[in-house]
Amino acid sequence: MSAVIQTPEDREASLAGIGVSRLRKEDARFIQGKGNYVDDIKMPGMLHMDIVRSPIAHGRIKRINKEAALAIPGVRAVLTAEDLKPLKLHWMPTLAGDVAAVLADEKVHFQMQEVAVVIADDRYIAADGVEAVEVEYEELPVVIDPYAALAADAPVLREDLAGKTAGAHGPRDHHNHIFTWEAGDRSAADAAFAAAPIKVEQHMHYPRVHPCPLETCGCVASFDPIRGDLTTYITSQAPHVVRTVVSMLSGIPESKVRIVSPDIGGGFGNKVGIYPGYVCAIVSSIVLGRPVKWVEDRIENISSTAFARDYHMDGELAATEDGKILGLRVNVLADHGAFDACADPTKFPAGLFHICSGSYDIGAAHCSVKGVYTNKAPGGVAYRCSFRVTEAVYLIERMVDVLAQRLNIDKAEIRRRNFIRKEQFPYTSPFGFEYDSGDYHTALQKALDALDYPALRAEQAAKRADPNSPTLMGIGLVSFTEVVGAGPSKMCDILGVGMFDSCEIRIHPTGSAIARMGTITQGQGHQTTYAQIIATELGIPSEVIQVEEGDTSTAPYGLGTYGSRSTPVAGAAIAMAARKIHAKARKIAAHMLEVSEADLDWEVDRFKVRGDDSRFKTMADVAWQSYHQPPAGLEPGLEAVHYYDPPNFTYPFGIYLCVVDIDRATGESKVRRFYALDDCGTRINPMIIEGQIHGGLTEGFAVAMGQQMPFDAQGNLLGNTLMDYFLPTAVETPKWETDYTVTPSPHHPLGAKGVAESPHVGSIPTFTSAVVDAFAHVGVTHLDMPHTSFRVWQALRDHGLAL
Amino acid sequence: MIPPKFDYHAPKSVAEAVALLGSLGSEAKLLAGGHSLLPMMKLRFAQPAHLVDLNGIADLRGICLDGDTVVIGAMTVENDLIASDLLRERVPLLGEAARLIADPQVRNRGTIGGDIAHGDPGNDHPALSLVLDAQFVLQGPNGRRTVAANGFFLGTYMTQLEESEVMVAIRVPSFAKGTGWAYEKLKRKTGDWATAGCAVVLRQSGGVVTHIRIGLTNLAQTALRAEEAEQCLLNQPFNEAAVKRAVAAAMAITDPAEDLRGDPEYKRAMAGVMVQRALNNAWARSA
Amino acid sequence: MAKKLINVTVNGKSEERAVEPRTLLVHFLREDLHLTGAHIGCETSHCGACTVDLDGKSVKSCTHLAVQCDGSQVTTVEGLADKGVLHAVQEGFYKEHGLQCGFCTPGMLVRAYRFLQENPNPSEDEIRVGMSGNLCRCTGYQNIVKAVQYAARKLQSATAA
Repeated sequence: MSAVIQTPEDREASLAGIGVSRLRKEDARFIQGKGNYVDDIKMPGMLHMDIVRSPIAHGRIKRINKEAALAIPGVRAVLTAEDLKPLKLHWMPTLAGDVAAVLADEKVHFQMQEVAVVIADDRYIAADGVEAVEVEYEELPVVIDPYAALAADAPVLREDLAGKTAGAHGPRDHHNHIFTWEAGDRSAADAAFAAAPIKVEQHMHYPRVHPCPLETCGCVASFDPIRGDLTTYITSQAPHVVRTVVSMLSGIPESKVRIVSPDIGGGFGNKVGIYPGYVCAIVSSIVLGRPVKWVEDRIENISSTAFARDYHMDGELAATEDGKILGLRVNVLADHGAFDACADPTKFPAGLFHICSGSYDIGAAHCSVKGVYTNKAPGGVAYRCSFRVTEAVYLIERMVDVLAQRLNIDKAEIRRRNFIRKEQFPYTSPFGFEYDSGDYHTALQKALDALDYPALRAEQAAKRADPNSPTLMGIGLVSFTEVVGAGPSKMCDILGVGMFDSCEIRIHPTGSAIARMGTITQGQGHQTTYAQIIATELGIPSEVIQVEEGDTSTAPYGLGTYGSRSTPVAGAAIAMAARKIHAKARKIAAHMLEVSEADLDWEVDRFKVRGDDSRFKTMADVAWQSYHQPPAGLEPGLEAVHYYDPPNFTYPFGIYLCVVDIDRATGESKVRRFYALDDCGTRINPMIIEGQIHGGLTEGFAVAMGQQMPFDAQGNLLGNTLMDYFLPTAVETPKWETDYTVTPSPHHPLGAKGVAESPHVGSIPTFTSAVVDAFAHVGVTHLDMPHTSFRVWQALRDHGLAL
Repeated sequence: MIPPKFDYHAPKSVAEAVALLGSLGSEAKLLAGGHSLLPMMKLRFAQPAHLVDLNGIADLRGICLDGDTVVIGAMTVENDLIASDLLRERVPLLGEAARLIADPQVRNRGTIGGDIAHGDPGNDHPALSLVLDAQFVLQGPNGRRTVAANGFFLGTYMTQLEESEVMVAIRVPSFAKGTGWAYEKLKRKTGDWATAGCAVVLRQSGGVVTHIRIGLTNLAQTALRAEEAEQCLLNQPFNEAAVKRAVAAAMAITDPAEDLRGDPEYKRAMAGVMVQRALNNAWARSA
Repeated sequence: MAKKLINVTVNGKSEERAVEPRTLLVHFLREDLHLTGAHIGCETSHCGACTVDLDGKSVKSCTHLAVQCDGSQVTTVEGLADKGVLHAVQEGFYKEHGLQCGFCTPGMLVRAYRFLQENPNPSEDEIRVGMSGNLCRCTGYQNIVKAVQYAARKLQSATAA
């Protein structure tokens, strides 16, 4: 079975392994309409569930009348909190150490909260049933502003927490206070500020937004009353965690719970949490003994499933007169909505927000994040980013711009003066992160050269000198560092489970292979990228490597896909599992070639006897031998499992540049150019990386320029359909220019750092930087997102620049 | 989002549709392109017991010439307005403006008559029909009547179309030689309604404006015809000062509602910008 | 509210079913005919994931009643390939990495299929406008534009040959 192709280069090309832009293995089904998403799944006897939701944001439930709904032919059941109480399932624990109502228990806490569920023969009848359920409410005062939530006389939102002076993350000092979390060294930071000649401060709001994947959330729950087992197909980015939680909630042994994430139509953080709809569908299936499908609609998705951000931030920098940053202080008020349902590692209620010292060598820093309850939907997920890293990057990048403006230093130059230098890595940040590798100065210069930055500044100066110019020109620059790949289990866990990830590889007798993973792709192309890693590690063509994820009955336990952890954690698990196989294969090859292992060299896809090119065994030869007649003392077969607990996070970085032209009459911002240089370490599939970057930049563009979830004083969410919630089309979306440098991670087996979230994290402050830069000559240091035409026009008006 | 139950009727002629409206009464709603009505029904804001679908009535589709007047069947879809050579030749404003409405798929279903008859101030055809001096042919139990666009729009979702009537056609006079036109629409993204929109049709003679119509979209309870603004330009030389006066006059009649597109101050200002741009573009195209 | 009998030719196959008048075309295709290629993304005709070809025109099947399709021809993504040979738009999306999660892809493909018949040789801007009734959250559209260009080239060369 030796390869026909002879040269090592040809053989390597035939593997299509690491570094190759090979086409995606998953595409064939998607381009032929044969994807298998949750709503595509049908089971015999399946019923449909729909949800009765609260029209008001805060109130007491006086009465629920199911009669009319139950009278509709085809309605099988209507469940309320009262029905869940005997099962103790009317409340559920959240990932953040709080509890959340599954169905509203006496009180509703936000508009569109789940109040009752209707299970019926089809989704049409279920919808009729929902309309027929009568609920009477007594309205209570609504708290929308998180600052007002902390007033002494603010309404008590969470009556269920009465008397609890401490939560999962320490003391609570007010009935609407959830936690206060601090990092860094307060006294060192204060000392730096006391001694510094220059201090700047800026308040900014990172608005509440929603990840809004094109597929909404849903599940098909099927409890088999005879076997006593539960299978649930679910839109989850973390199916194994769901299995553990479902087992804990339901009392069904984990061995009898099977959770399957089939094809997922985008996640972006929205599909990390466990929603009441899932729990109710599972309960309904157990109660009725039939499969139950629940798929939310878009309004439900935007209104009730996890939002992101909503951080009110105050940043301060202390610096020397020539712009060297000496200290950073940050205070955040975090609006968590009605229940603390953030999806963060247990010990970090504000996620990894303390990456907020960014790419800069800052001597002293401190941050404090205070979480509060309001009458809004719960959430606080990482929308295409690692936990709260987007907020952190936004904060520091904005602050550095503010300082540059104050000192009249160019924003590229001030970054150069403060960057952590190449030789400082590994670098310990003032918050205690150990940055693995970076070369920020080289990347910055590459970016500035690519867009001829001095020429852009000259053009801008000319435009500013012309009072009749119809446009304002703004140049945005960001130099971000992310922390991704959560994470080392000594620091990171979810519900006590360490945030490792896993891989099981099995080489078949004829040399093809299957790998099963604890992660789950939602469009990232895992089935391709992972196969490429194995191809390079084991010399098997990626074409014949099958990658399976998402089925907890077959895949090894893993924490799932979010926070850019798939390549940093699961990718490393693959490499380590492959290396276990490689080590065994070497023993077998040595046996077959009758030499010692030390006499073998590995070359692309084969073990060669050193000094004799004619004597070799390919991995396929070895695979056959391992099943046919393994050497004495070795188990038959060729497979391995690895659970990878990363020694550290990874720290991808990038330099983004953006040029916008703002119409002085309408406030419209046109992105003329956007250049993104990313350094994600080793690049496994450049085509997929570029695609991920395009997508992340587009989501960043949407967040910066239009996404918002405003509430009126009564707690009504304004704009909960795709008419208002901004998802740009091909027409609005700018054209992207991508570039890269490669600084491998020294601690990752492949040197890879993760990439898909960088463009989201990095681009958002770049757009703000560009829009604000257009106004810098009139003294504007900050404008809050979203930079809609309306809001930009208000800035034009306020500064006498509107035409 | 599931619509409530209803009975469905697919008449083959206008007379049949009118008869159905007569027998079903106020429980019935006409279904044209469905892109306003069906979402409202899915949200259960609208719950008609009967839908009378006009899509099967061949007579309601198509664009033809009656003398010098272009007659557009009420069920003609936006993409057919865009594709029409006759319109491009006779009333080029309509096809051009239709490109700014909704998106390619929705333009295959959305009809000019539905857009007008719905009476939504966010729709674009009401203001367009005002500046085109369009007339609407309506058929009811007592036969046909023709009403002018000017005066047709009474309030949000309220028009002169009676519950018992079907809009049959839109009659638009061909542009005289040398007519200039423009539709300026500020929107947040593809498929959005206007933050502010302005349609202009004008003619000139030797630098003096001899005919002018200015219509405004989504700036009040109904589409508006800015007659005072027209007066600022009519029989005047077209210059910056006159345009400025017209812009101010047009802005003065707006009464926009606050929404996520902006507050009234912004929308009024944008009305001014759209009017100014539409006037200048129309002027540049006039001869 | 009696059910109505309709006959629709879907991907070349005549299908007769009794449907409730309120049945949406997308549900008819997905639930009654088990053609799950067209997806439901927004339900308010903004996202285009449910796009199908109806009598030679792209429409959003979430905002269309099945009962209105009596006597019509419908083509869904499942009907694009011809006897196992991918249509040029399918090949283009694959070759140019025009999809990621795949959820918008059926609607994109069906729209591109029709768009390239409406405009066989489009500019990039025309492609962006022509595809503007379809939202994608993953790709940023850049590779979708390339995919449509790829398909346009392929279809043109097939026509030339």
